[in-house]
Amino acid sequence: MAQDAKFEAKGRKFDVVGSRPIRPDGIDKVTGRARFGADMTMPGQLYGKVLRSPHPHAMIKSIDVSAAEALPGVKAVITSKDLPDLSGGDQGMKDNLINTLARDRVLYDGHAVAAVAAISNSIALKALKLIKVTYEALPHVTDVDEAMKDGAPLVNGGAITSGMEPAPTKKSNIIARHQFGHGDIAKGFAEADIVVERSFTTEATHQGYIEPHACVASINADGFGDIWVSTQGHYNVRTTCSALLGLDSAKLRVTASEIGGGFGGKTVTNIEPLALALSRKSNRPVKMVMSREEVFRGTGPTASSSIWTKIGAKKDGRITAAHSIIKFQGGPFGGSLVDMGAMAAFACYDLPNVKTEGYDVLCNRPRLAAYRAPSAPMVTFATESVVQEICDRLGLDSASMRIMNAAKEGTKSSYGPTYGPIGIRATLEAAKNHPHYSAPIAPGKHRGRGMACGFWFNFGGNTSVSMGLNGDGTVALSYGNPDIGGTRASLSMMAAEELGIPYEKVRCVIADTATLGHNDITDGSRVTFAAGLATIEAARDAIKKMCARAAKTWGIAEDAVVWEKGHAKPAGSNAGKFEPLSLKQIVAASGNTGGPIAGHYEVFADGAGVSFGTHIADVEVDVETGKVTVLRYTVFQDAGKAIHPAYVEGQYQGGAAQGIGWALNEEYIYGKDGRLQNAGFLDYRIPVCSDLPMIEAVILEIPNPGHPYGVRGVGETPIVPPLGAMANAIAAATGVRMGSIPMSPPRLLKAIEEKA
Amino acid sequence: MSNIHVTTTVNGDVMEFLCEPDESLMDALRDRLSLTGVKEGCGSGDCGACSVTVDGRLVCSCLVLAAEAEGCKITTVEGLAKGDKLHPLQQKFLEHAALQCGICTPGFLVASKALLDRNPNPTEHEIRYWLAGNLCRCTGYDKIVRAVVDAAAELRRTA
Ligand code: FES
Ligand code: FES
Repeated sequence: MAQDAKFEAKGRKFDVVGSRPIRPDGIDKVTGRARFGADMTMPGQLYGKVLRSPHPHAMIKSIDVSAAEALPGVKAVITSKDLPDLSGGDQGMKDNLINTLARDRVLYDGHAVAAVAAISNSIALKALKLIKVTYEALPHVTDVDEAMKDGAPLVNGGAITSGMEPAPTKKSNIIARHQFGHGDIAKGFAEADIVVERSFTTEATHQGYIEPHACVASINADGFGDIWVSTQGHYNVRTTCSALLGLDSAKLRVTASEIGGGFGGKTVTNIEPLALALSRKSNRPVKMVMSREEVFRGTGPTASSSIWTKIGAKKDGRITAAHSIIKFQGGPFGGSLVDMGAMAAFACYDLPNVKTEGYDVLCNRPRLAAYRAPSAPMVTFATESVVQEICDRLGLDSASMRIMNAAKEGTKSSYGPTYGPIGIRATLEAAKNHPHYSAPIAPGKHRGRGMACGFWFNFGGNTSVSMGLNGDGTVALSYGNPDIGGTRASLSMMAAEELGIPYEKVRCVIADTATLGHNDITDGSRVTFAAGLATIEAARDAIKKMCARAAKTWGIAEDAVVWEKGHAKPAGSNAGKFEPLSLKQIVAASGNTGGPIAGHYEVFADGAGVSFGTHIADVEVDVETGKVTVLRYTVFQDAGKAIHPAYVEGQYQGGAAQGIGWALNEEYIYGKDGRLQNAGFLDYRIPVCSDLPMIEAVILEIPNPGHPYGVRGVGETPIVPPLGAMANAIAAATGVRMGSIPMSPPRLLKAIEEKA
Repeated sequence: MSNIHVTTTVNGDVMEFLCEPDESLMDALRDRLSLTGVKEGCGSGDCGACSVTVDGRLVCSCLVLAAEAEGCKITTVEGLAKGDKLHPLQQKFLEHAALQCGICTPGFLVASKALLDRNPNPTEHEIRYWLAGNLCRCTGYDKIVRAVVDAAAELRRTA
């Protein structure tokens, strides 16, 4: 990989990195002062609301907005006519436009059809009821296997499948096919002593962030605009909204609010272009806040899937071949990220012969958004279930069999690249040596233990950071990624470490789009890695400038000055000749030595460093009801270097909890009518406090060569193993191997009864 | 229908506002009194982000009508700290890193305080069931429960 040489902290003793200071935005967040998406108001603002389709698939024959427009207090009503198609052949932008506001047809239950701005929420809601839409229903399909059948209704007109040789002549719902692997699987299966093949399904889940989407937008007649928005990527909001509305990027300033969770679901735009279009039409600022029902029907979710997996092994457990066919329900536009699933499916293992095929399939469901390690949890559920079944049938130890097959440095991964130093083996060995693995399960009926591994790629990407130094010895650090779980703290720590000043002297702010160069979305576990790398380099840039000022003050050569513990010191033949100068002294005097001092750094950060984890779960199954109780849970994961270990643990615990929820309860339920039946937290049940035990988090540190301190992203991997770990624990407890997720009480009870 | 005039005591201050007859207490606190520490996660009583106490009783303010607050004493997250001194729960949430995004935090703090006001020495089990009406999607609850246990111990020490 390109940036292999960045890691340089071997044996370094850190002063700040690795400690657990209180986050700089902490007091605001425990006193209610932090301002999230819905907490902002603009002078004279209106309230915007969206009318959504009740049909999964229908032509829009007509929309009559006259009665709504006539309602006193209504200031603007928009339909697709108010958002002309400016996509100019960019299919992604066109899909975005269609999703923002339906044009000639609606593609899913919850698809936005029109929007209203009025002087109060209640008037806006009344106006929605006065909009008359005439629909002509079309046949629909919401299940991936159904959608792939011959004669299935074509969603959004269907597509000619990409990635097929030769290309099909007929349109279908299969929008794309992907393939990865190496070796000869037929030969590998022929060498196997045991071959296990199974089919699996997983249901769609929602990211389930507690804060609904919210924004306040304002455009003036001269085209200058502002949006305040809860998003994972305000630069992306700017790019998308300016393209959809035909605005100059520079005129649209986007400010990210505090963000109440995203997990991938706030990487795309939904209401933001509508708020801007309503503002443009009404000439007033417009605030929009989604209801929870709208969040479920109109945003997120992740793909549902249907997966077939086959693995062959020798008697000693050595895997000889692995093959998986992965079908993802991709919403009305495709983009299910099944390619990532096909890449991730066998990434934990060193396999001589491996093949994965992925199909991205159109369905009448909401446009998908990434969800934490998108695609990996589903494919890993299938892989880890089959791996465990092989272990069990051969009578092998679960950890030892996985260690025997684990990928290592130099392994050609199942998706192509050759691994550098990686942590899968270390996490498995840590698990095997941990008391949780060796301790007997607490006595009780129908209890079992399961284990599973997981992988995520991690991203880096476009990053821009700036650092202003102040005459009182403090530092203002600006970066361009919303702080979704403590990145202000971790970046402040890296700045303090590198500059040699106390953590409390750094003030970290999230800059708006008018202030810094482009920053990619907060996703792929990229911020602590990429913005961290840029922060360290920006600090070094500032240090270089401070050393030059000190050299000037002392009248010696620039390269005769070193930076140590927050001070410039004369070095070499000048060592000891001058009193060291502190950051504060140098900056306070900067007016006399050449003006203000600032550091900055812009980079496309590659070398993010892949991430692995292993989870162990103990469960108890109530065989009368099918309810599963998690008794004990431990996460082992490689962090590269944990900057703020408490927030690393928090990522491990939170990801595990989401995975447990997915495994046991969460699912989008569609009726035959194609409508979502459980669009609320009462019926879409995410784990609550009484559902879970303490979750032990074990941090391993195998430095990432692509980062000066060795940091790897940590946020995504923790959601990957739980589905398999829970399935394996349930199989151990009951003898029932579940092929479908969620393993909710009714489904598990049915499987237990069928076996009995 | 015309708006209703309400007089209520919020975090110790007497306050007045006008509200629509069907307006929730959550909306009135947020939009009329600018107490935006009261969060909306669902508007249907399922997430606990809007938790406040009304005359000492823990409620989802999205399920209470604003007009019902007439003559009541309401406490929101904004009323927990005394000047610059954080409530021990607030301090322990920070020390234990019991928040990631922080949207659920006001609701958890208000609910936890209502628990500790009744039961100064709750078990982990009691804490988990008391807080089962508050959703957190980020933390997996581990650090939240630890923070509440630690804050309870601190409060017992200083009581
Ligand atoms: S907003 Fe009141 S319970 Fe969710
Ligand atoms: S910290 Fe994000 S929901 Fe609890």
